[in-house]
Amino acid sequence: MNLDVPISWYLLLSALLFSLGVVGFLIKRNLITIFMSIELMLNAVNLSFVAFASQWHEVKGQIFVFFVMVVAAAEAAVGLAIIIAVFRARATLAVDRIDRMKL
Amino acid sequence: MNGLLWLIPLLPLAGFLLNGILGRRLSNLLVTTIALAASLGSFVTVLLCANGFSGGKLATLPLTAVAPQPWIALGALHVDFALVLDQLSLTMLLVVTGVGFLIHIYSVGYMHGDSGYARYFSYLNLFLFFMTTLVLAGNILVMFVGWEGVGLASYLLIGFWFQRKSAADAGKKAFLVNRVGDFGFLIGIFLLLANFGTLGFSEISAKLAASPAQSPILTGGVLTAICICLLIGAAGKSAQLPLYIWLPDAMEGPTPVSALIHAATMVTAGVYMIARTHFLFDRAPVALAAVAIVGAATAIFAATIGLAQNDIKRVLAYSTISQLGYMFLACGVAAYSAAIFHLVTHAFFKALLFLAAGSVIHSLGGEQDMRKMGGLWKKIPVTFWTMTIAVFTIAGFPPLAAFFSKDAILYAAFVQGPGGKLLWFVGLVTALLTSLYMFRLWYMTFLGKARSPEVHPHESPWTMLAPLIVLALLSIGGGWIGIERFTAFLTPVVGAHQQASASPHLELILSGAAVAVALLGWLIAHLFYCESSSRPAQLAAALPTGYKLLANKYFVDEIYGAAIVRPLLAISKYFLGWVVDFAILGGAAWLLAGIANFAGMILQRWQSGNLRSYAAWLAAAAAALLLFVLLAGWPQSLNLSLLHAEPFYNITVLHFGARP
Amino acid sequence: MHLVLFFLFAGFCLAGAVNLLVQSHPINSALSLIVVMVSLAVLYLLLGAEFLAIAQIIVYAGAVMVLFTFVVMLLNDGREELTYGSHVARSVGFPAVVAIFAVIATVILRAEGLGYAHLGAGLNAAQGLGTAKDNSNLVVLSQVLFHELLLPFEVTSVLILIAILGAVALAHSEGAERTVEK
Repeated sequence: MNLDVPISWYLLLSALLFSLGVVGFLIKRNLITIFMSIELMLNAVNLSFVAFASQWHEVKGQIFVFFVMVVAAAEAAVGLAIIIAVFRARATLAVDRIDRMKL
Repeated sequence: MNGLLWLIPLLPLAGFLLNGILGRRLSNLLVTTIALAASLGSFVTVLLCANGFSGGKLATLPLTAVAPQPWIALGALHVDFALVLDQLSLTMLLVVTGVGFLIHIYSVGYMHGDSGYARYFSYLNLFLFFMTTLVLAGNILVMFVGWEGVGLASYLLIGFWFQRKSAADAGKKAFLVNRVGDFGFLIGIFLLLANFGTLGFSEISAKLAASPAQSPILTGGVLTAICICLLIGAAGKSAQLPLYIWLPDAMEGPTPVSALIHAATMVTAGVYMIARTHFLFDRAPVALAAVAIVGAATAIFAATIGLAQNDIKRVLAYSTISQLGYMFLACGVAAYSAAIFHLVTHAFFKALLFLAAGSVIHSLGGEQDMRKMGGLWKKIPVTFWTMTIAVFTIAGFPPLAAFFSKDAILYAAFVQGPGGKLLWFVGLVTALLTSLYMFRLWYMTFLGKARSPEVHPHESPWTMLAPLIVLALLSIGGGWIGIERFTAFLTPVVGAHQQASASPHLELILSGAAVAVALLGWLIAHLFYCESSSRPAQLAAALPTGYKLLANKYFVDEIYGAAIVRPLLAISKYFLGWVVDFAILGGAAWLLAGIANFAGMILQRWQSGNLRSYAAWLAAAAAALLLFVLLAGWPQSLNLSLLHAEPFYNITVLHFGARP
Repeated sequence: MHLVLFFLFAGFCLAGAVNLLVQSHPINSALSLIVVMVSLAVLYLLLGAEFLAIAQIIVYAGAVMVLFTFVVMLLNDGREELTYGSHVARSVGFPAVVAIFAVIATVILRAEGLGYAHLGAGLNAAQGLGTAKDNSNLVVLSQVLFHELLLPFEVTSVLILIAILGAVALAHSEGAERTVEK
């Protein structure tokens, strides 16, 4: 049996992953884990792009994924550096404790 | 020659500016020179213009001078700076600038040593500027500028010694009461503008003359309304009932000011204005009757009050009000030239009376109460003789000036019909009272025993005496021009109203009656006041309520205070002060601040620093946005198969709303 | 074949994602995320994006996630307690998530014109890029990237440079101890 997979299934998977990422953002306490949920969201969107690129045989979708990856990598680097700085200032990674809006 | 007209108001204006700005640093001599030069220059210019018209050149009047740029050119409204010199304004100007100049000279002596010397003369010149503007005005708006300006000058001069509370209050009172009259004047101007579309005197007169006498719009209601409004304005300025209350209080100012402004010139502006706009009044007989009634009532009212006053200047103030009533009476019976004639003679003798009174006060070192005067006739002879001439003039003895003018008025009233006879009778009684209180003043002030012997009166300096002598001469000879020639002179301006004298016998009878009452008044005054008898006191004791009523000026000030002033103050304080200012306006401001504060307090809770709540709100906003985009474009626009044909950069945008 | 592979690796994705949420130690969450990424790489392969699949493994799984793991180990904050730090997050956030998923799902399911993914389908059917023989994914992608999108490409390299500088500057210890607040 060689049934092909409808594109909409890929898209649904992408939506599901995205929602899971948002949920993770909302319920997690550790700052790094929250950041990882953001990465999950980005990946979900990447999947959606690649699916559309395959649907219409457009290479531009894949190029966009390329750029997303680049930006996500840069963002991860800077974000983790910030988390390290926050940890140095507050000695905790619990996001509920980092709510004083002054240094 | 037309350009000379501008000099008449502008010279005093220059004097005002110079003395007002630089006066404090200049020596008194320089200040005096500037002020006298300004007023003399104005007078000389008037004489030059008058000279140009003597003889056969009268036909070239009126002179007009219009500024090249219009003042207001706004749609249908067009007003110029226009000055007009015709017979009426020429007469008035001669009085204003001539008597004004004399009073300037007098002031040099009277105000000598006063700390506000320069200020005084600058105000006096300011007054001359505005008064000449008023007289020369070619349209009613320029006249209104002069009108308001003389009110301002009056306020400044009444309250000249402003450190005295009574003087400051008197200035305020004068200005406010004038304002009430000016309000009426303004309404009149608006009505004129609405109905005639123009404000120039000659234009309105021409339009009125062109429209037929039975024009449904311009007879009756509208014209009467306009004239009543103008009458209110004139009553305010000329101190008629019920707006006369400021004039007695205005005696707080220096005596030359009282002479110039509140006797000779400013208060006659109302009469002048009515004469100027006579063409309106002629077509509104109801208004004209109102003028006459107001005038007659004021005349007798003020005369009765003058009987019981003890301040020499107050007596003269009420006398002024009474004489102005005569002028209004004359206008009311359409004898405009008689009114102007009386205006001229009144300027002479009333200015003389005030200046002489000022001389008396000056010589007594500031004493104004007549009960403390007496026996002065030997000590200040020049003052005495000039004042005597003035007293006889105002009483109406021939051949002095007022005899002719008063007679003209009474005669014109008498021949005016049954109502006119009543007015004549009122005028006659007033003449009796006038004679009575003036002679009372004369006796109490100059004759009899000196009631305050510790004061040594000295004669005034020649700067004060010279104008007295000039004015006395004018009072003697001022009426000799005769009413017929005067009427003929003014007819081109005020129109021909006088019927030819019906019978010279009637004139003689009426004149005789007037002289008789004058003598009667002298006799009564002689009986009561000549020897220091106790008859006045006995009479006062016999009629206590009457005396109290008169001595307290019929309590009019108190009535106004209770009926008008106090309610206004209460409204201001309680309603406007508490309700409007504090509650409404303050409340509105407080409300706005409160709303901003409250919103801030609510929104403050959003900025918690809590990352998770931020994230939750972000997700909610994203969901809302998605829903909105979805619902706004669902479902007919959603056709994804189109996308692969779209150009380059739109690959990732779902075009909601694009139709296949 | 396609179907089986899809279900398998989609399942791995979802399992990894759920595991990320469930685990209490961040290192476990990081490892789950690596699983997700590798599965996604396989899914890219199924969709014909070979280059992206490799790039996903090299960049994401091999660099970014390693970075995450390093930071977790460096900071070593231990297990986290699941606390309810924000009422808003529960009351507003979860319905929002549900709404987002519902909207997107609705859009996807109702859309017309979505076809099937074919294994081995090339990219250039409508593009006309590459020769008839050489239409591999890499060739097509690089032709577009280095011809039309050269400027954005160079700009991203500048972006990465800036990111490096920023990360170094932020994480650089200043020597003196900062005030530690609990």
